[in-house]
Amino acid sequence: MAQNIEEKQMLEFLGIDSVERLFDDIPQQVKVDGLDLPCGLSELEVKRQLGQMLNRNVSVDDVPSFLGSGTYDVHIPSAVGAILGRSEFYSSYTPYQPETSQGMLQSMFEYQSMMSELTGMEAVNNSMYDWATALGEAVLMAARLKKGGQFLVPGMMSRSKRSVLDNYVNGADIRIVEIAHDEITGQLDLDDLRAKMTDDTIGAYVESPNMFGVFEEKLEQLREILADKIMVVGVNPLSLAIAKPPGEHGADMVIGDGQIFGNPMNYGGPHLGFFSCKKKHVRKMPGRIVGLTHDADGQQAYCMTLQTREQHIRREKATSNICSNEALTTLAAAVYMSLKGGKGLQELAVKLMEKASVLSQRLSGIEGVKAPYFEGYSFNEITVKLPTTASHVFDELAKRDIIGGKPLADVPGMESMMVFAVTDKTTDSDIEKLANVIASILGAGQ
Amino acid sequence: MRYRQARHDEPLIMDLANICEDEPITIKLPEHLARKGGLNIPTLQESEVVRHYTVLSQMNFGVDSGFYPLGSCTMKYNLKISEEIANMVKASMLHPDQPEAMIQGTLQVMHELQEMLCEIGGMDAVTLQPAAGAHGEFTGMLITKAYHKKRNDDQRTEVIMPDSAHGTNPASAAMAGYDVITIPSKDGMVNLEALESALSEKTAAFMLTNPNTLGIFETDAVKIASMVHDAGALMYYDGANFNAIMGKTSPGKMGFDIVHFNLHKTFGTPHGGGGPGAGPVGVVKRLESFLPIPVVEKEGSVFKLRYDRPDTIGKVQGYYGNWGVMLRAYIFIRLHGGDGLRQISERAVLNANYLMKKVEATMDVPYPGLKKHEFVASASCMKDRGIRALHIGKRLLDFGFHSPTVYFPMLVEEALMIEPTENASKATLDAYADTIASVCAEEPDILAGAPYNTSVRQISEKEAAKNLILSYKMMMEKES
Repeated sequence: MAQNIEEKQMLEFLGIDSVERLFDDIPQQVKVDGLDLPCGLSELEVKRQLGQMLNRNVSVDDVPSFLGSGTYDVHIPSAVGAILGRSEFYSSYTPYQPETSQGMLQSMFEYQSMMSELTGMEAVNNSMYDWATALGEAVLMAARLKKGGQFLVPGMMSRSKRSVLDNYVNGADIRIVEIAHDEITGQLDLDDLRAKMTDDTIGAYVESPNMFGVFEEKLEQLREILADKIMVVGVNPLSLAIAKPPGEHGADMVIGDGQIFGNPMNYGGPHLGFFSCKKKHVRKMPGRIVGLTHDADGQQAYCMTLQTREQHIRREKATSNICSNEALTTLAAAVYMSLKGGKGLQELAVKLMEKASVLSQRLSGIEGVKAPYFEGYSFNEITVKLPTTASHVFDELAKRDIIGGKPLADVPGMESMMVFAVTDKTTDSDIEKLANVIASILGAGQ
Repeated sequence: MRYRQARHDEPLIMDLANICEDEPITIKLPEHLARKGGLNIPTLQESEVVRHYTVLSQMNFGVDSGFYPLGSCTMKYNLKISEEIANMVKASMLHPDQPEAMIQGTLQVMHELQEMLCEIGGMDAVTLQPAAGAHGEFTGMLITKAYHKKRNDDQRTEVIMPDSAHGTNPASAAMAGYDVITIPSKDGMVNLEALESALSEKTAAFMLTNPNTLGIFETDAVKIASMVHDAGALMYYDGANFNAIMGKTSPGKMGFDIVHFNLHKTFGTPHGGGGPGAGPVGVVKRLESFLPIPVVEKEGSVFKLRYDRPDTIGKVQGYYGNWGVMLRAYIFIRLHGGDGLRQISERAVLNANYLMKKVEATMDVPYPGLKKHEFVASASCMKDRGIRALHIGKRLLDFGFHSPTVYFPMLVEEALMIEPTENASKATLDAYADTIASVCAEEPDILAGAPYNTSVRQISEKEAAKNLILSYKMMMEKES
């Protein structure tokens, strides 16, 4: 290999003639001779190749989409991208040196403040990987707060979220017990919950809006039933702009996905697993937390706090193994929420709720379709029962350049259900087109 | 050379709000569901929001701001082309439940990245699902558990690791339910006798990073692997230090069974102020069936997501992992190619050894000899002058250099862990070494009071922990 002058000088300084000498400590028997990978490309070649490859994708800007289920195609103002593109932010490490990282730390403190306002929880951490892993961490945290071996969750929740949860509790000796839902309202069956609760119960998890898009209306009763057990609530955080914060219902922890706040859907990641809890629980919390402090001149400043919970100090006794998190997505959320303002977020939430209701009404006009399937209040998502399997309709819609709602294909007994989501990007003509195409797929008149 | 970071008295955005709220909005939810009153999030003009966060960005130090030799973190330059492509609509505006036919470009990138990581790691199969290095470790531990369980080998409750291991190793093993057995190092490397006596029919796995956190290559890797395998346990490779060995050796060659890669370290994706990263996991053939689902497979020219894997551990992330990070890493690998990656490791190792020899003029570097991509210096010789590792790190900030990682690994007293990466020029390394020398010659009081040229002066972390103000609301309540 031809060496440049400075490499030559450095080798001379080290008193060796070749960079190979620096690898003399690697025993011959484990050496490999280079890598069998394609040759390097120029920037232009990479741009062209990747452009071609990615062109095989159909984005949600190319065709209307009604997918949601925790991931939403809400419009991202250009200003969010402009701030996220600042490399002072994105090329920095975790702010372990607070004196030189005030920008990120203050943004994180602002993020915590806004999420605290939304959830009604005092303490918000600087992110888990996504909603599913936030749930796993929440149940592990609940088990640190309250002794026991059983945790209650809705039987009706995303299968993949449930699988992640099972993996997170794998080492903790916690049994996950499913609670049934009410067939009419789609809400959690509190009688079933009461029946399954034992002295060994650590707590319960509930989602509102739930997998069907329906608000759980009995969170206060749930709080009473649980008594001193731990109550974890999973939310679409945008719904909290108009819905009562779970903190006011007495939740111990509130979690969810903050992707909806200024982050692209990114095919499922990076997302923003947000995690919040009551202040009295904060010492058991996983993840990084930013606190207010002062510098030597008495200037207000910010730094990470309660680090003794974390793996780099506490090792196997840490509250979690998490190190890299999704910090940059919390910056996006802070910028997004600031751009919208409280009123803007409320207006958006109201708009989505109304639009979902328009969609529901339009679909209910199709013969054989029940929309919404469940009674109750929904936010931006509705569950619809189709006269055939939902995955069939989904596939047919895709052939006609529409991405339908999520078929509940992997939930036993729910094969004909589809969950439709709307966002501020959903237009009236999208809804009209969807309804017409579904009608023609079903071969039914309207 | 003097450095001065921007210093703004920028208020919290909550104190910048300037638009008066008019009528509260009508919420069409019944009283038991509806939020009462407004939502106390500030309303500003777009221009003011952008100005606020631009000002804040000026008070943040990134790889693009200056030399960032943070040991163990591989703070390399983030390619701008990766940012540009990852932000394209066809890359980012994709819902995870979209039909496979609409996501072929993404699945192709994922599939090729899996194959490339197999080659780099000497592994047979890779999952891209873990969202971070520690998440990869946790996934590896779950695979370990599933493997032993499948063999009805249920008494394996312990995971062994050296005392030099990254903090995530014990934390991940413990999270998977294992008892953590830490063995002391000998001459900065795994103590084979200690390992021998720790191994038993209770051992599930041995976790190791090679080169280790001292930057030393564990020359007994093959012997260690055979000892661990003879005991019926698995070898886990912590890939945090992969930047030292690309195209030179591989975990597979050394006898490891499970490997995680840190795409945000080795493959130059941004650290994002703490994340997102990505921690794909590679395994040898006999562990392939345990990988998380779905698996990306190629059938003819079509890419598919496969869920039908009876032995799978299931899922560790809600969808398929941090796709946005995978794409950036894929671009990094395609740009550099196989030879380029090898050259990266060569330059990273050259930089570390060069800088070590320069720094040795000022500080001790325990465990002499060749290092790989990083080294650990000790400030203990200056302790009697009242100079600590922390002070040196803080004082370096005044000169536009990021601090090394301090007080890790724990087997070095007053440790300063330095990793220059391949991106540092000789001039930068010289300037850094010279600055360390001049800083260490300063009056101890000056060092203890540092930094001076940053946005804020030395910060009290104690105060933050004692008063625990975690939000604007708590701040206002404290004030009133």
